Amino acid sequence: MTRNEIKNRLEEIIRPYVSKPEKLAEMTEQSDLLKDLEINSAHLVDIILDMEESFDIEIDDKAAEQMLTVGQALDVTEDLLAKK
Amino acid sequence: MQHTERVVITGLGVCAPNGVGLTNFEAALRAGKSGLAHLPELADLQFRCQVGGVPPIPESLLTKKLTALEQKRLTAHGVLYGLLAALEAWENAGLALPAGDAPPDWDTGTIFGSGLSGVQTLREAIYKTDQRKVKRLGGAVVEQTMPSGISALLSGRLALGNWVSSNASACSTGTEAIIMAAEHIRRGQAQRMLAGGGDADGPHVWGGFDAMRVLNTGHNDSPTAASRPLAADSAGFVPGSGAGALLLESLSSAQKRGAPILGEVLGGAVNSGGQRGNGSMTAPHSEGVQRCIQAAIASAGITPHQIGLIAGHLTSTMGDVREVHNWAEALNRRGKNFPRINALKSMTGHCLSAAGAIETVGAVVQMANNFIHPSLNAAHLHPQIAELIDDQCVPRDLIPEGPSVIAKSSFGFGDVNACLILKKWNP
Repeated sequence: MTRNEIKNRLEEIIRPYVSKPEKLAEMTEQSDLLKDLEINSAHLVDIILDMEESFDIEIDDKAAEQMLTVGQALDVTEDLLAKK
Repeated sequence: MQHTERVVITGLGVCAPNGVGLTNFEAALRAGKSGLAHLPELADLQFRCQVGGVPPIPESLLTKKLTALEQKRLTAHGVLYGLLAALEAWENAGLALPAGDAPPDWDTGTIFGSGLSGVQTLREAIYKTDQRKVKRLGGAVVEQTMPSGISALLSGRLALGNWVSSNASACSTGTEAIIMAAEHIRRGQAQRMLAGGGDADGPHVWGGFDAMRVLNTGHNDSPTAASRPLAADSAGFVPGSGAGALLLESLSSAQKRGAPILGEVLGGAVNSGGQRGNGSMTAPHSEGVQRCIQAAIASAGITPHQIGLIAGHLTSTMGDVREVHNWAEALNRRGKNFPRINALKSMTGHCLSAAGAIETVGAVVQMANNFIHPSLNAAHLHPQIAELIDDQCVPRDLIPEGPSVIAKSSFGFGDVNACLILKKWNP
């Protein structure tokens, strides 16, 4: 799976958690999940569960803590997919 | 504290087994349409009573009213019913949905009661926890299974900045919520309160009642005949579910907004019989009920003779006899002098914690639209009821003439009572 394919799938995963659609339209790899996309921090656990299910990976607490931006979420996913 | 503000009803919303949304609900009340059905799931699970009432929520309503996130993860049926009813009441009152960045509305709150509103969500969470999958519970379990699940969701959706809470008093919950919210406005502590109750459907809510043998088991193949309040052959209640919501408002706020006024909350009272005398966990102490009715009448500043309709608790059990007796004693009205009395549960079943709210919405709909709905399956009154009141007090057909004062009662496990007095609005 290419990084761009992962990004497209991630965008669909986080879509319901982003209350302002325009924020998603402006999304880049540098976007901060909480500050830029304005995702409620309490919803991060659900995004992680959705990612685990969608990509069939297991994201441990340490990896989850590294996912502050979209780019970092892609890094974590790529890493875990490579280890499969 | 001085009680000064008059409290009026400016919005209604409902998810009932016989009608979702006010238009469908009013049509069902007028037509005497039952919302009860044989539920194959209950048969599969070997329930003795296989009839129940579930609000028929159209998929289109979910897409229209729920956010993308709610559509994805709102699994608690009772919370869903509460949200839909509350949003309808809000819009019915002519209030706009606040923008995401709007400030809190400090003058508006909610008291929205519940029973087992989150049981579906809780069931899945229990399975996952016991399978050592606590990590996979996700972030939505707590907010959907806590007793304040409905009010918590509403405070965010509607930017409510006043009192936000959820009461629980079994089957009197919905009526009690309305009384609590009205008193809060009467004391001048809020301008608007969304009041109501919601409860979930399904075997995990209803199983305990089936086990207690308090449900009707004799009409599994004739479900619309299963709920028979007041009848000689009533034989247990039929479980239902759903939610009802009322937007209560100070008269001054309603007039300032130019909101249509649907009725006035004149007064109400709650108490308990302490499970003494003929009262118990499951049956109300007669003197307790009579005191509650009389206290409600006193707080409303009316006489018993002004009551034109009793919207009874009337569950289709032996409790109906005791209830009619208590009304006759409390009002000192009997025979032809007894008010009209009808039972919405004949069409919806007993919607438990939502019952009082759905039935109060039903009472206001009748009052505001000048009719009295038929009470189904009561062709032959229970002989002990027939001794107390005239047969004509129970409408079997639609009466195209509305009452100007309605008394609504609800009773619940724990020997708790609630009684509400509503008055037609005459500008």
